[in-house]
Amino acid sequence: MGDILKLVGQRLGLGLVILLVISIIIFFMVELLPGDIAQAVLGQGATEENLTALRKEMGLDKPAPVRYLQWLSGAVFLDFGNSIVTGEQVSSVIGQRFMNTLFLAAYAAVISVPVAISLGILVALLRNSIFDRVANVLTLTSISSPEFFLGYILILYFAVKWNMFPAIASLSKDMSFGELLNRTFLPALTLVLVVVAHMMRMTRAAIINLLASPYIEMARLKGVPPLKVIVRHALPNAWAPIINVVALNLAYLITGVVLVEVVFVYPGIGQVLVDAVSKRDFPVVQACCLIFAATFILLNLAADVGAILTNPRLRHPK
Amino acid sequence: MSVFVIAYYSLLLIGSSLAAYFNKRSIFILLFSLTMVSFVLGIIGGSGALVMVATFAGLLALAGMVSYSFREALIMMAGPELAKELRTAPLTAAFGMFVIFTYAITGIFAPWIAPYGEAEVISNAFEPANADMLLGADQLGRDMFSRLVYGTRNSVGLALTATVLAFVLGAGAGMLAATKGGWFDQFMGRFADVIMSIPSLIFALLMLSIFGSSMPVIIVAVAIIYAPRVFRLTRAVAGNVVVMDYIEAAKLRGEGTGYLIRREILPNSMAPLVAEFGLEFCFVFLLVAGLSFLGLGIQPPTADWGSMVRENATLISFGDITPLIPAAAIALLTVAVNFVVDWMLFRSSGLKEQ
Repeated sequence: MGDILKLVGQRLGLGLVILLVISIIIFFMVELLPGDIAQAVLGQGATEENLTALRKEMGLDKPAPVRYLQWLSGAVFLDFGNSIVTGEQVSSVIGQRFMNTLFLAAYAAVISVPVAISLGILVALLRNSIFDRVANVLTLTSISSPEFFLGYILILYFAVKWNMFPAIASLSKDMSFGELLNRTFLPALTLVLVVVAHMMRMTRAAIINLLASPYIEMARLKGVPPLKVIVRHALPNAWAPIINVVALNLAYLITGVVLVEVVFVYPGIGQVLVDAVSKRDFPVVQACCLIFAATFILLNLAADVGAILTNPRLRHPK
Repeated sequence: MSVFVIAYYSLLLIGSSLAAYFNKRSIFILLFSLTMVSFVLGIIGGSGALVMVATFAGLLALAGMVSYSFREALIMMAGPELAKELRTAPLTAAFGMFVIFTYAITGIFAPWIAPYGEAEVISNAFEPANADMLLGADQLGRDMFSRLVYGTRNSVGLALTATVLAFVLGAGAGMLAATKGGWFDQFMGRFADVIMSIPSLIFALLMLSIFGSSMPVIIVAVAIIYAPRVFRLTRAVAGNVVVMDYIEAAKLRGEGTGYLIRREILPNSMAPLVAEFGLEFCFVFLLVAGLSFLGLGIQPPTADWGSMVRENATLISFGDITPLIPAAAIALLTVAVNFVVDWMLFRSSGLKEQ
């Protein structure tokens, strides 16, 4: 057990280091701005007094490394400073919206993971049949479509033509859970379509890879029925790649969510990020990027750790 | 029971009986399952659903025929070596090549194909389609069709430039890292790790927010984001080539690094790199489309598919599908490239599944 803890600890440490490097990149890229933030906010016509005042207010008179340390220590306690445009606290703008985004991603994940894995196994079983070919073309199409294409098609049919679900996901505090699920169904379905396709293909590849190994051949030669070969012989070894696939795709959800939120006007963190980018509201952009990157790294770490836990061979690296 | 329904079923039944008579098993199964599906859908959805199924099947058959003839035409034109390869291409790959070919023609000859200029205002906003404007007007009264044609040039051109730049950077660094080894290799590997651990769309948004969104910034930003992926693959492929005996021989001959990369390593790692180019192009194209959909890509009035979807999105709430056409154009090209890449991967890696 001790060596597992050590390995997991190593991975966590590595993740922290990467996160630290990314925070440095995110912070110092803003420093690359021609002129500085104050100049960018106030524009070319700003007077010298205004510039100095704003610089003072934002703490720009201190050297960059000092400001980075201040920003980082604030970020650890979820204090990302104030927005340039509205002057509000960034954390209060982001907080609730981050929960909304997490809810949407979780909603999509709960639907897509079981569907994708069972379909992936089914397709691997029926490989090279007509069913497999059709599934291949369909998943490829779904992966290749931009998220907004799928989203608008769903709006066109489910909201405008058949009037089944609302097209715009407006949320309010006093909604019942059923109402909430109904309102967020279309954005979640868009994400599900993309992620299921990815996950199915990866699950199929993982299972087929396994089915080529000698012990499966042995089981088959013994006369074990095909379904039993999959469930009893292949699946226990397939968990590691499948866990990997799931975690990687959840990480993929993180980026997909930005476009989907914009399509459905969903009050999530992606929408905040896009607004902040077009208004050049740097503290908000930095905070959102850091949050997205941290989630991404966390999920990738989960994939790593899951693989280590389910595959004993990884516990004793050569 | 309208005339259409009777004609539809009799055609299907005649087709499947003919296929059965001539022992064409796969065609028979296809036609017969289509008949069965039509029965079920016809009972549930009436003849409206049948028309949809028929249109869909007709389009699919048309695509199949086009790809078949396009493949035959290519085989006729190509030399004997290439023709042999092309004969093994599945219909999906032929379809992909056909679509890519069409897009290339549209992009190159855009000014001759489009009836109006891309920024030319010719009518009222959201004017419906008529004889002059095949697809109607957009939110400022510009011709949708012309903008779609110009969009081919702008969107695909931008994505292609960014992919090429990412490839030059990534593949160059990858091969250099494989030949040099040592600390350079280590450093580049860790550097690629860090960049790849930031989600691509988020990283692109960060860079655009800082440097503003203009063509060169988008190209460089996208290239920086995707170069590490190319680097990883090139490093892995070239790593297998570098340990070969003929590389050792070339080194003993006293050849320099430049010669090794150009004449020995590059030709021997070409096949996976070409397939990777197609894949990367798809990712880049989708990323750029996403950026312009968010209003941060190519700036107006230049026609661009992603922003066209966004600008005309209000039409969707009236049940009009025009804003979906540019989005479908994006999806179609990505699907086409993926089909071709699928075939190339299958061919080059010997990915033959039992």
